[in-house]
Amino acid sequence: MTGAGMTILKHLIGAMLLLSALLTAIPAHAQFADADLTTLVDALAPGSFKDRETAIGNLVASGDPRAVPVLETLLEGELYFDETGGKVVFTSASGGKGAISDPVTGADLSDLTEADLEKVKVNNSLRRVLRTAIGQMTLLSEDARVRLSAAQSVLRDADPAQLELLDSAISAETDVRIKRVMEQARAVIMLKSPEASVEDKTAAVPVVLAIGGRDALNTLTTALASAPDEIRPTIESAIDGLARDRAAWDVAQNVWFGVSLGSVLLLAAIGLAITFGVMGVINMAHGEMVMLGAYTTFVVQEIIRQNAPGLFDWSLAIALPAAFLFTGLVGVAIERGIIRFLYGRPLETLLATWGLSLIIQQAVQRIFTANIREVGNPSWMSGSFELGGLAITWNRFYIVIFALLVFVALLLVLKYTAIGLHMRAVTQNRRMASSMGIRTPLVDAMTFGLGSGIAGLAGVALSQIGNVSPNLGQGYIIDSFMVVVFGGVGNLWGTLVGALTLGIANKFIEPYAGAVLGKIIILVLIILFIQRRPRGLFALKGRSIEA
Amino acid sequence: MITQALFRALDKKAIWLVAILLLVAVAVPASNLLLPVDSPFRLPNYAVPLFGKYLTFAMLALALDLVWGYCGILSLGHGAFFAIGGYAMGMYLMRQIGTRGVYANPILPDFMVFLNWKELPWYWYGMDNFWFAMLMVVVVPGLLAFIFGFLAFRSRVTGVYLSIITQAMTYALLLAFFRNDMGFGGNNGLTDFKDILGQSISAPSTRAALFAASAIALALAVLACSAIVNSKLGKVMVAVRDAESRTRFLGYRVEYVKLFAFVVSAIIAGIAGALYVPQVGIINPSEFEPANSIEVVIWTAVGGRGTIIGPIIGGVLVNVGKSYFTGAFPEYWLFALGALFVVTTLFLPKGIVGLIGQYRAATTKREQHDRDAPTPMQVEAGADPQPKPAE
Repeated sequence: MTGAGMTILKHLIGAMLLLSALLTAIPAHAQFADADLTTLVDALAPGSFKDRETAIGNLVASGDPRAVPVLETLLEGELYFDETGGKVVFTSASGGKGAISDPVTGADLSDLTEADLEKVKVNNSLRRVLRTAIGQMTLLSEDARVRLSAAQSVLRDADPAQLELLDSAISAETDVRIKRVMEQARAVIMLKSPEASVEDKTAAVPVVLAIGGRDALNTLTTALASAPDEIRPTIESAIDGLARDRAAWDVAQNVWFGVSLGSVLLLAAIGLAITFGVMGVINMAHGEMVMLGAYTTFVVQEIIRQNAPGLFDWSLAIALPAAFLFTGLVGVAIERGIIRFLYGRPLETLLATWGLSLIIQQAVQRIFTANIREVGNPSWMSGSFELGGLAITWNRFYIVIFALLVFVALLLVLKYTAIGLHMRAVTQNRRMASSMGIRTPLVDAMTFGLGSGIAGLAGVALSQIGNVSPNLGQGYIIDSFMVVVFGGVGNLWGTLVGALTLGIANKFIEPYAGAVLGKIIILVLIILFIQRRPRGLFALKGRSIEA
Repeated sequence: MITQALFRALDKKAIWLVAILLLVAVAVPASNLLLPVDSPFRLPNYAVPLFGKYLTFAMLALALDLVWGYCGILSLGHGAFFAIGGYAMGMYLMRQIGTRGVYANPILPDFMVFLNWKELPWYWYGMDNFWFAMLMVVVVPGLLAFIFGFLAFRSRVTGVYLSIITQAMTYALLLAFFRNDMGFGGNNGLTDFKDILGQSISAPSTRAALFAASAIALALAVLACSAIVNSKLGKVMVAVRDAESRTRFLGYRVEYVKLFAFVVSAIIAGIAGALYVPQVGIINPSEFEPANSIEVVIWTAVGGRGTIIGPIIGGVLVNVGKSYFTGAFPEYWLFALGALFVVTTLFLPKGIVGLIGQYRAATTKREQHDRDAPTPMQVEAGADPQPKPAE
């Protein structure tokens, strides 16, 4: 208690000293003669900390911009003086030999060696005095950038001792932007300071409110504790407004996380949805197609690393078509090799493709080992950016965009291409489509290839947000099924809505129930939902009794 | 009426099967306990619980066959009922440890002491009583199946959709049982059992008795299933499997038929799980893995669904193969299992039993008509030449 009280007291004394010095100095602004300034600077070295405070005050009073680096160096504890001569000098902070120089003129003082030098000692209270002093010299600096950053640092520290200084700076300030920051700093100080009048405090509230964000919220909350009763309601309503703001941003952040998860689910499920929609086939090896896509990315990156490291930022652009083609071909092979013998027996395709997924997983494990492989992010996908109160990582952002692009592309393919028309026809009525001359086996093969190819694209995207291992696909298969079953079959919009709903619901339940319980709740909700709508959200309407 | 049903159940095949199972129930323990150690006919100690495990798997496959093979409900969550039965037995065995646990707490199992719990959760009450625990083995899986089936069948969730939500059910349970605060030992499950009914669980005589119990339980399950499928209700079940809408239009309450089959099947699976746990000595959440439940489907499919003996043959054969493969070539087991799935669905739609039937039919046909028998593929293709439209 007493220690803290003492520090504050010292602090105040120091600041007042400085202020008195400053007020006399304001009109000066003139450059001092080298010799005079040197005398002032040299006065920093001898005596007690108390003497040093006085010396700092005198330096500030000089108003000479050359004093700022001296004070800054002193603050860093890198200011030295010559033990015999008492001259204060700069050494290069990096400690280079022979880099000793005069702080005022900048002249090289190579006749001094490091052995002659002693540090000018600073303690905590002196450091505080120094910071204030520097703020003073910078707030009133002629360089607008210096003033702005000084104003921001005052806003951050919000030290009541700087109030008078700030006032004079505000009245001298011409730049509107800097002036606003300074006024905000002043308002924060007003709210903090116990001496400020009620009117001042009341006037300060809207200014602080304008700062917005967590900082303003914290300032107002602290202020509320010590505020006189008259202005309490004002502050409280301001806090409410800010808290609502904050809550809105938190909701937005959750929505974003949900959208991000939903887009991953969408990518994983969309291929499943079209194979299920068109062929009535549940492809349990779908997750393995995703996994193969991720491994394709890994292989492409390895080849690039070894042969053309410069192309690394393009690796995904190369991996996307490669993964699409590779998994698409695997899909066509599966359809021709196994699934076409099992039409009309959807439950048995489920078993056969499950068996296939075991084989593919084990084969990949034999080739690449069971170790987790890390796929690198190209430079443009790493890092993050802020949007209002949201923090968004680039890789998640691009995956959302990519998922939507794939979705739109698929819609266009289904709507405007011949194969898309055929697919829709087969989905709606296989026999009729066949009677109209559509080669349904070819459509089936193409559909399965397309679905698998999209799974491959999903794999490329997933490799960017997680590690790649042979059981990568297993983690997504049940979730993808949930999306398809929830969204309904035969309509891609159902898949989109299903994926986003599940993603967002997941992220909203998670904070209350934890990740695992949240997932359980979602599963139970889906099971219950299926009771209400056994064909999902967007069921294809038809007259067939078995539908 | 019950005697009548039992009498009908005792057709020739079922009698043989039950007789063989009862013989095994006597022969295996006798060979292990009575023969001298150096006798070539003596089963080694490790083999008894191993064979007992195969029998419980066979029982699980039989349970699945009742719903899938006879009623057309492909459950991808039957492992959940098996595991719940196992947990009920595990809870009883846990309570029998008493003060012999690491923390020597007379009431709380070790993992609860470790989690700093002060008293037993309410659902552990009474589990120290064997008969109450056995009641739970039957009641809990049955109740879960009843609630789940009631909701699902009432709203006519069928086919692939039903398979997916049963899978979601077991997945949700898997996640739930992994949680420590569920009070079932979390990740590690229940293990370190000491006694069952006052007998040391690792004594050869106890293991022999457990084996005999498994064989007898399987024989009883065979009788029950056989009675059901040979009854009029069994015929309706097959009708539901083959033409659900038509059966409904004929006036049968399809959902109740399905619900009955589902609940009975879950109970059989639960009993199988309860017999499995003391023989392997552990139950943990991995039994809920969706992959396990799918594996059960392949046991049933390999043996031959829609028959009583098929799933028993399949359950035993596939698991003997698994034991052999995982010992001899561990890295090829998944290849073999995967290939088994593909080959069975492609070439053996009726399983091993169906293969024998086809062979017989083929020979008689050849004798009668001197003509080539249709291949399985043609039989299937002939049944439904056109792929069905998407649902």
